[in-house]
Amino acid sequence: MTIAEFSTAPALLGGALIGLAAVMLMAISGRVAGVSGIVGGALTPRAGDFGWRIVFVLGLIAGVAVAVGLGVVSIPAAQNQPLARLIAAGVLVGVGTALGAGCTSGHGVCGIARGSPRSIVATMVFMVTGGLVVFALRHYFA
Amino acid sequence: MNRLLGSFLSAFVFGLGLAISGMIDPAKVQGFLDISGRWDPSMAFVMAGALVVTALGYAWLRKRGEGLGGRRLQWPTQRTIDLRLVAGSALFGAGWGLSGYCPGPVIGSLASAGIDAMVFVAAMILAMFATLKLVNKSAN
Repeated sequence: MTIAEFSTAPALLGGALIGLAAVMLMAISGRVAGVSGIVGGALTPRAGDFGWRIVFVLGLIAGVAVAVGLGVVSIPAAQNQPLARLIAAGVLVGVGTALGAGCTSGHGVCGIARGSPRSIVATMVFMVTGGLVVFALRHYFA
Repeated sequence: MNRLLGSFLSAFVFGLGLAISGMIDPAKVQGFLDISGRWDPSMAFVMAGALVVTALGYAWLRKRGEGLGGRRLQWPTQRTIDLRLVAGSALFGAGWGLSGYCPGPVIGSLASAGIDAMVFVAAMILAMFATLKLVNKSAN
């Protein structure tokens, strides 16, 4: 194994901002900042529980767009992944987060931060299967 | 403060964080998951930064017992570790590794990334919707 070039400061700062956002959403709106959960709830809405979810999605898009627009970060190089792979991956993430009730933000950040055993298990599982798939992709199908 | 405004501001900060941390780049995410090649440890620092701030903030809110302006705190109540949690997380991880996309970064990138993000999000939303419908139906 070799270590790729990376910088610690933006990773830590970006992570801290994600944490701040999670605390803000709980403090102001009383909700956990799990993106798949927020989106899933908007797809199967209950009365009075829809607007904040849509607003959250818009805010997320605006935050990334402003950071990119101000040139704080550059747009990642286009990968042009094969269409079939993108669709398969999207379906896996959609089915998986709906069944497992969370993703990297809901389980990986908010869940672990509040010491939830469910989220710790979920995060270990998706890190392992994610690692296995990347390993297979890069070393057998490259 | 207004719940909708809070939601927007929080998500905006979330989006800034995702962009600054580099997590909107699927290659960087896959670089973290690929520990056998050229490992990119960035995501470990992102997680560490996020976890420290969230844990401290959540502890403060728990102690307080309510949010700003007396907002009721809706903590998740699910406790069971079952096959559904494990299988769902396993499938999610597989799709995450396959593409380098997870819901937050890919939805956040919709306005700034190319067609890849849009195709992925369309497939993800449809699959999420179908799964939630099926699961809710079988639960009733």
